[in-house]
Amino acid sequence: MKKPRVIVLRTAGTNCDNETQAAFKMAGADSELVHINELARDEKFLKNFQILAIPGGFTYGDDIASGKILANEIKYKLNADLKNFINSGKLVIGICNGFQALVKAGILPGINSGTIESTLSFNDSGSFIDKWVDLRTTNDERRPKEVPSEVEGRTTKCVWAKNLPETIYLPIAHGEGKFIPRDNDVLNQLRKNKQIVFKYIDNPNGSIDDIAGICDTTGRVLGMMPHPERHVLGTQHPRWTREGLKERGDGFMIFKNGVDYVRMRM
Amino acid sequence: MEWKIEIRKRKGVFDPLGEGVKKDILDLGISGVKKVNVSQVFIISGDITESDIKRIAGELLTDSITEEYVVNNERRTTNDDQRKSRAKSRGERRIIEIAYNPGVMDPVEESARKAIKDMGIYGVKSLRTEKKYFIEGKITENDFRNICEKLLYNKVIQHAVKEHSARCIKHSNGYKFKLVIVNLLGADDKRLTKISRDGQLFLNLKEMAQIKNHFKKLGRNPTDCELETIAQTWSEHCGHKTFRGIIEYEEDGKRKIIDNLLKNTIMKVTSELKKPWCVSVFKDNAGVIRFDEDDNICFKVETHNHPSALEPYGGAGTGIGGVIRDILGVGLGAKPIMNTDVFCFGLPDTPRKNVPKGMLHPKRIMKGVVGGVRDYGNRMGIPTANGAVLFDERYIGNPLVYCGTVGIMPKDKSFKAAKCGDLIVAVGGRTGRDGIHGATFSSGELTHESEAVSGGAVQIGNPITEKKLTNTLLKGRDRNLYTAVTDCGAGGFSSAVGEMGEDLGAEVDLEKAPLKYQGLSYTEIWISEAQERMVLSVPRENLKELMDIFKKEDVEAVVVGCFTSNKRLKLRYNGNVVCDLDMEFLHGGIPRFERKAVWSKPSHRECDTKDKKDFTQDLLKILSSWNVCSKEWVIRQYDHEVQGQSVLKPLVGIENDGPGDASIIRPKFNSKKGIIISNGINPRFGFIDPYWMAASCIDEALRQVIAVGGSLNKTALLDNFCWGNTDKPDRLGSLVRASFGCYDIAKGYGVPFISGKDSLNNEYSVRGESIAIPGTLLISAISVMDDVTNAVTMDLKEKGNLLYIIGETKNEMGGSHYNLINNCVGNNAPTVDAKKGLKIFNRISEATRLGLLRACHDLSEGGIACALAEMAFSGGFGIEAELKEAPYEAKSSKAKRDSIILFSESNTRFIAEVRKQDKNKFENLMKGIPIGLIGQVSGKKDLKIYGLSGKKIVDISLDKLKEAWQKPLRW
Repeated sequence: MKKPRVIVLRTAGTNCDNETQAAFKMAGADSELVHINELARDEKFLKNFQILAIPGGFTYGDDIASGKILANEIKYKLNADLKNFINSGKLVIGICNGFQALVKAGILPGINSGTIESTLSFNDSGSFIDKWVDLRTTNDERRPKEVPSEVEGRTTKCVWAKNLPETIYLPIAHGEGKFIPRDNDVLNQLRKNKQIVFKYIDNPNGSIDDIAGICDTTGRVLGMMPHPERHVLGTQHPRWTREGLKERGDGFMIFKNGVDYVRMRM
Repeated sequence: MEWKIEIRKRKGVFDPLGEGVKKDILDLGISGVKKVNVSQVFIISGDITESDIKRIAGELLTDSITEEYVVNNERRTTNDDQRKSRAKSRGERRIIEIAYNPGVMDPVEESARKAIKDMGIYGVKSLRTEKKYFIEGKITENDFRNICEKLLYNKVIQHAVKEHSARCIKHSNGYKFKLVIVNLLGADDKRLTKISRDGQLFLNLKEMAQIKNHFKKLGRNPTDCELETIAQTWSEHCGHKTFRGIIEYEEDGKRKIIDNLLKNTIMKVTSELKKPWCVSVFKDNAGVIRFDEDDNICFKVETHNHPSALEPYGGAGTGIGGVIRDILGVGLGAKPIMNTDVFCFGLPDTPRKNVPKGMLHPKRIMKGVVGGVRDYGNRMGIPTANGAVLFDERYIGNPLVYCGTVGIMPKDKSFKAAKCGDLIVAVGGRTGRDGIHGATFSSGELTHESEAVSGGAVQIGNPITEKKLTNTLLKGRDRNLYTAVTDCGAGGFSSAVGEMGEDLGAEVDLEKAPLKYQGLSYTEIWISEAQERMVLSVPRENLKELMDIFKKEDVEAVVVGCFTSNKRLKLRYNGNVVCDLDMEFLHGGIPRFERKAVWSKPSHRECDTKDKKDFTQDLLKILSSWNVCSKEWVIRQYDHEVQGQSVLKPLVGIENDGPGDASIIRPKFNSKKGIIISNGINPRFGFIDPYWMAASCIDEALRQVIAVGGSLNKTALLDNFCWGNTDKPDRLGSLVRASFGCYDIAKGYGVPFISGKDSLNNEYSVRGESIAIPGTLLISAISVMDDVTNAVTMDLKEKGNLLYIIGETKNEMGGSHYNLINNCVGNNAPTVDAKKGLKIFNRISEATRLGLLRACHDLSEGGIACALAEMAFSGGFGIEAELKEAPYEAKSSKAKRDSIILFSESNTRFIAEVRKQDKNKFENLMKGIPIGLIGQVSGKKDLKIYGLSGKKIVDISLDKLKEAWQKPLRW
């Protein structure tokens, strides 16, 4: 069977590209690192891939603001191609800096396409933080606890988050991860559209409504601050020496979901 | 046209940066500040219309959700604001704008200009950033000045923008070539000394005379460029002339001559051990050892002390940037996979009045250094996963910043050799006036004038330039496009080209080097230590392909010359020869140092170790002492997991906050093979005897490797000596004695040194008196682990498990933390018996390989008591332990006391947690090794220790232990 093709987009300051590529490979995809200049100069084409991953890092040093210069570049150099990519039913995942870029380019949350509806700003603590966090994977707060997750509320729109356990454990590593929607309207839309994919159980950065990850209105574009690619192997878990070594980490399923989604439709 | 854009937070939006400054102001002891806001200011000049500026401001520079902007092309805002602030009831609100000094790299410039171009706006000629602070509250003018100078800017790299002052000071309007000849031939000794001092050459008279003689034979005077090149090459920083010199050493009235200390101690271990897996040692930028069938790994630790003393953020950032380039320049280039950082500072709670003139407060230095490492390391995408932070009042004038990097590279890329005819290609950052005289500066002492004299030696790095360089360089390496590579570190092009062409000869046309700005003289171009630059030697036929790689990812690369075969270093500037030196003289002409060294054992006040009924308070005091307390505040600011390879993180345990013994990474996702990195450092033992300090540092680094499940089989060491001025016989004497310790113990353990570095002259003059740092040796260990799934952490795992002490406790309280909290040093520093120790290490390795240990912790600062406490609160389980079961060295059993067993810092000891069902297996394996079953993991949340008499001498809850340990650095 042909493997889904993943483009892991890199540019100056991208630094989680290798592990993101490795995670997609483990999940059964064919993944390739491509520099943004190669797309802009028509040496490589977005349309030849089914999944676009924008990995973590400090693109262009996060000068001006995190992910901002990459967002600007996407807007001016890749906008039409990226829109076509999304509209043709393909998948996008932005992790950490990739999330910041997607938000600042107006691709996420994408309620009104192309407008800036939210941002990721400085952590309330004012400093960079690397720690592991528990994430609740449901997007529907109104679901009463007693309703089993497979019955209701688990049908988050996001195809990347299908069948995840109630909570997953992933590391964050960012200085600007505080999610802020423009206003309450945007927040309500996010809730209503089931676009909130991950929430912090113990909010590490002051994100509004504990939001750690959102998807667009199609459910195929996911952005998240935590790093799923840093928890695909059992030895990456900070307490594997206590709790036992598992074959796969919690983040693996996210990549598998993406790859399986494409494979089912290929 | 010059535009000023100011970006402010919208009303009601929380400003964490402002809050941080507010907290720091309170730390300064200034109360009354109610609010601080920080604005980012962009000064953009060029041919840009107002509508374009508004697009730039609105779309690019401002985050429309949280910020708003003000554009003004007449800078009216500043004046208005200042007028307003004056009007506002004398000091309710004050404003200051901080800009970088001319010539200091502003990392935002390049990326912001790129983004503006991406928008289709091309007229920008220059872009600078400033920070504007709004400080509200009732403070005095004096307070305000203090806030500005002590917190908001550092005059070494920044200045406050004054009203009406020209914002962009030009560097100079171009440079007119004029060859400078230095009159050495006509100079007498006095004059030679003056030339060296005035030119910041840091060459001694003997060296100056040697140079004079050389040129006398040539019948001409040197150019300034020639003299500078020699000074760089002969600097202590580049030449290690103390270690390689001739030393007349005296100890206890006995004298001996040591001809090359390095060869007779550190390097001798390696040459005698002849480990087949040592690939390249003491030759290249870093030590290289075998990792697996395909790859080698390399490790290097550098220091960046003097720059970090003056500008902590920039100094530490460029320190880590420099050692990363060392790794990029090993063999044909290795991929950096992990960083390690060890710092020594003055005490963070030092009263301000005790900070020497011209020095920054230790807390500010620490915050700056940590910030510098964080911002550079994180942006490079290299996990900073190991380190240590130490404190002693004698580091106040001279902090130590050790930065280390581990790299991995294919076996066949581990060696380099430039060839005659190869082109010299400069790649990466541009050359500026930054970092002039860094190499020679680090070879001198600091004084309160250092910041004025050597400000040029301090720089701000741009990690993204280095990141781009890393990615493209390794692509070029994998396609075999160059024959050699070296980093531009201390000495810049001078040392990089000089080193690569040592056996060949080289010609460089200096005007070809890309410059950050006009106005640099040929000599400045040659010796600038501007960051993020590397030099490659490229066969002509590969040039195009290589240049394409760089071009594709926007990395600047330029041919500046070529390697020859005439063994001469020839430099031209627009065709004018400005340097023509014989390589042999340059690299071999340095007169050897002849120095005296004396060591005699100092005598310290003995500590009273009288037994008490209860030691709980002593334990709490040690846990909350600066050296022992949790460093989580530092660790969490570093991305220690990027690249996804971490197996043991620096913090471990049930709440991910216990002090792990060493870090482990697995550099390949599909292999279980890993790398353990650890370090040993304990200057306090050196107060008593540098020999046993060195021994203890080696033992500690190895202990940590063993504790996490490693073995000595494929373990190698690095040495980093930071010492005072070794012109003084007592300083050099202790250095010699430490080197002896390194040889004996490393040899005894069968562990080779593969690389090292020394930083001497770490002294600080205040009122004519020179204060030396404690001689500080950092030993770093790197170990290849066959299966990382055998790794063990130090946190207790299960109730009911048995706790063993492995190794003998001795009456060795000298330099211990128990003595420290009792304000004394003592005289019996911990010793090492490598023969016995080796047996202990090997058995523990076997035990972890067999999976017999549930937890293992090495005993170091604070001894048994601290280790038990740390294991307990990290695991969330209590302990009941009895001291009478601890193995104790027989001959000193008279001195067997609770205080000693609790707190002695004897080497080669561990505490291990073993399941009950493994008891026999474990005890059988340990036959012949001193072990003692001292207790059990309890179900209660407290630590209970029973003394020799059977009475309880420590009894406290885990929460209180942990709080004491975490509180001091919870900033």
